[in-house]
Amino acid sequence: MTDMHRSKETIVPDPILDVKNLTVTYNTDRGPVYTVRNVSLQIAAGEIYGLVGESGSGKSTLARAIVRYLADNGQIKSGSVKLGGTDLLALPMSKMQQVWGSRITMVHQDPAAAVNPAITIGEQIAEIARLHLKLSSAEAKAKAIEMLKKMRMPDPESVAKRYPHQLSGGMLQRVVIAIALTTNPQLLIMDEPTTSLDVTTEAAILDLVRELLTEYKMAVLFITHNLGVVANICNRVGVMYAGEILEEGTVQQVFRSKLHPYTRGLLGCLPKITDDKRNVSLTAIPGYIPRMHQLPSGCIFSPRCSMVEDECKTVRPSLVEAEAGHFTACRRWEILKNKPELLMDSQHARDFTKHEEGPVVLSASNIKKHFSVSAGEFASLFKRGQTKIKAVDGVSLGVRGGFTLGVVGESGCGKTTLSRCIAGLEEATSGEIELEGELIPYSVAKRTPAQRKSIQMVFQNPDASLNPHYTIGESVSRPLVLMGLPKKEIQERVRQLFNAVNLPEDYINRLPHELSGGEKQRIAIARALAAEPTLILCDEPLSSLDVSVQAALINLLIKLQDSHKISYLFISHDLAAVRYISDWIAVMYLGRICEIGSAEDVFMPPYHPYTEALLSAIPIPDPDVRQERIRLEGSVPSAINLPSGCRFHNRCPRKIGRICEEQEPPWQNVSEHHRICCHITLDELRNLQSEVIVRQADSPREVRQC
Amino acid sequence: MAICIQSNQEYRHSKLFSIWRGIRRNTLTVIGFFIVTLFLLMAIFGPLFVPYDYAEQNIEKRLQPPSAEHIFGTDEFGRDVFSRVVVGSRNVFIVAGSGAALAVLLGLFLGLVSGYWGGLLDDVLMRLMEVMMAIPGLLLAMLVLFSLGSSFYSVILVVGFMYIPVVTRVVRSVVLDIKTRAFVEAAKLRGESIGYILFREILPNVLPHLAVEGSMRFVYAIFMVASLGFLGLGVQPPAPDWGFMVSEARPFFSVAPWVLFFPAASIAILVVGVSFVSDGLRRILLPGGVSSDRYA
Repeated sequence: MTDMHRSKETIVPDPILDVKNLTVTYNTDRGPVYTVRNVSLQIAAGEIYGLVGESGSGKSTLARAIVRYLADNGQIKSGSVKLGGTDLLALPMSKMQQVWGSRITMVHQDPAAAVNPAITIGEQIAEIARLHLKLSSAEAKAKAIEMLKKMRMPDPESVAKRYPHQLSGGMLQRVVIAIALTTNPQLLIMDEPTTSLDVTTEAAILDLVRELLTEYKMAVLFITHNLGVVANICNRVGVMYAGEILEEGTVQQVFRSKLHPYTRGLLGCLPKITDDKRNVSLTAIPGYIPRMHQLPSGCIFSPRCSMVEDECKTVRPSLVEAEAGHFTACRRWEILKNKPELLMDSQHARDFTKHEEGPVVLSASNIKKHFSVSAGEFASLFKRGQTKIKAVDGVSLGVRGGFTLGVVGESGCGKTTLSRCIAGLEEATSGEIELEGELIPYSVAKRTPAQRKSIQMVFQNPDASLNPHYTIGESVSRPLVLMGLPKKEIQERVRQLFNAVNLPEDYINRLPHELSGGEKQRIAIARALAAEPTLILCDEPLSSLDVSVQAALINLLIKLQDSHKISYLFISHDLAAVRYISDWIAVMYLGRICEIGSAEDVFMPPYHPYTEALLSAIPIPDPDVRQERIRLEGSVPSAINLPSGCRFHNRCPRKIGRICEEQEPPWQNVSEHHRICCHITLDELRNLQSEVIVRQADSPREVRQC
Repeated sequence: MAICIQSNQEYRHSKLFSIWRGIRRNTLTVIGFFIVTLFLLMAIFGPLFVPYDYAEQNIEKRLQPPSAEHIFGTDEFGRDVFSRVVVGSRNVFIVAGSGAALAVLLGLFLGLVSGYWGGLLDDVLMRLMEVMMAIPGLLLAMLVLFSLGSSFYSVILVVGFMYIPVVTRVVRSVVLDIKTRAFVEAAKLRGESIGYILFREILPNVLPHLAVEGSMRFVYAIFMVASLGFLGLGVQPPAPDWGFMVSEARPFFSVAPWVLFFPAASIAILVVGVSFVSDGLRRILLPGGVSSDRYA
């Protein structure tokens, strides 16, 4: 074709990895399924290529096809994969085994599954050095310690002697990266390497990868679903959808000009860190990712695209170069180029009634939940005074009617236990839980029916939320049956609930396995709503869902809050989502709240040093945003041996001295509703801290009403 | 449009259909299904059509090889081996089947209780089960039957009790998993009774595991009943018992191997058949591992 169709191959002059027109199929009962179609990508030495897409987009299959490690029913149909000039697809399998682990290495999502629990860390690295680098035992040992040093491991000699269970997830992921880099590979494939880690750990790992790249001149294929991570670490990015790359370019090009409606859709789904539910609503992408065995003809994104034309539905577009090195598979990219806010401008002011400050619906004071660690009840008969895990250790908070309190914190901070105590699924050890001014029992079994129905919960895992043996209609109607409503009314109410959560009525007789994750979560919300609660506890309800589904659910939760005047306790590790959905935010660390205040206040200085570190670690999907870089040392201490004084003192970058180790910090009022628990005075904090997240002045995105 | 909430009736029909489709997909399962059906028909209708009375002795025709008259030959009392094998199948199904059913029912109950309540009750029950499992099964059965005396019912009871611990442990582990699922917690939050949670929320999810475990227990029970019969502790003569028939035929093995062969082969074939069905059930009801459907 014309120069409009300059072949992608020329973009990277001397690629290490050169994938051309790769097509992969899986043989299934219903015939071959083309999971990856005609994908080309090149990665140069020292470059991080981000492959981003929702689940089911084929990104992991692509990675597995590149290393020829497909499942038994997978097959590479056509295309070529060249690594530094070697045609990998032509190599016999016996030769591939020499490529794996030496020229190509991989880092997976779960570091604990990637290391052998019975062998010391040092030995596992040394083994690779002996096998692939043909080093002697002593040399290999030295190499292992050298690699650990390069991973910025504190005290590498002692780490080398430890076993995997003695290291935290973040440390283990460093070990896995060390193993991957020992052989100085040409290509490093990282498949969701930070997805199972906390934000602060994730930020540290990303820093490390970026630093290592200056020394190791390898090509990195970085697979993730997190656009923020891509914007943070990658040089170039490919946006994958249903087995094809729809847009490719440098991070700046893709995130600034966004020349494909899908990319715009994905970014529109993410709440910006400054967004507030009262003035901006999220743009969810309608519909679902198509099933691979029934792809639409024409553009694969056309059924979900809001600027679709007739021609889009018949002709499948190929990648065209819109700017130098920036490719898009949209026929109408020129329109997108001229209107940078098109498809994103639906972030109109939301019609959210700002209601009066309602009465306090739920008030919890000094809640404690201590678990005892023991071998079992039998053993505890003989052994008294065993060690305690202080999961929640004196938390007080209140939720006002029609408002949302967000609870954030890293894993292990006790936020889930706190919500389970409030729900009554765990019996609190001590403290007081008041529901609309009335003291309620700890255990749900001891609460009155009226108290029970007032507090409902939406759980994290949509697959476990619904009993697979009942139709979703039955699941939603069950709370109504318990309330003793007549059959006619139940059917009417169920229909209303289905409408309220935007599910078609003819879904009523479906079984859970016929629904997608997002739909299941809608049913879980409908079931919670059926009891007409005053408070819904949302325990990470979004974390297992794709971004486009998340946005729709966030919008739904906010709509329901507005129409039904429900309060939420919204627990999440996703700070951007919490900031967006919450009116109030509590930041938790090791069983205690360290900062609480209105959402805007918490995101503005003065911060608690922990909040400051959390904010600086959020991966923000915008290359124009500047973030302070504050990194925490080590990992969250165990809740059995709590640090003395301030619990955060051994990781705090702003520690002022002995007082932090010896005395419990005092609560300081910043404003009427904003409190920080820290030894540092507020004036000092104000002096020390500047705003962590700043949008740069030259950014065109600055123009958003606030 | 009036939309009413249906129960999962339709789903059950489609579930049965998908089980049938799953059976057909695997040759071994089909073979197992065929064998079990054949033996079952034999046990139900066989005794009505056998050519001779199983207890009818004919000393003149003792130890005759298979012929048109006696297709499996005759034993040392001149009894027709074919008739005895056919009639004996009924005992196998009734004794081993009842034993397995007893184990499944009691195991289900104990597993539900132990898994759901946990705590001290669970600890005590589980230690008790471990004690039972620590004693070799056959030894325990022999001990009990010697002291209590062997009868049709005592064999069923012994076989049943012997397998309770295994079933209990399987059910308990499934309950431990299911009771922490969000749908059970949601049921607690809306104030469901314990009975509803146990039998309507948890039990349906235990049943597939129970079906697989039950069929496995049936396999072991057939063996156990045959072993006890072999030792003379099974169903008492002259009622035909496959295990006892094998034992009786041993002295004549060199001159009349068919007397031993046919009951022994019946035990083997039935055990293999039920195992195939059990494996098939496991594959269909508890799909683990990577299935090609995941990519479709």
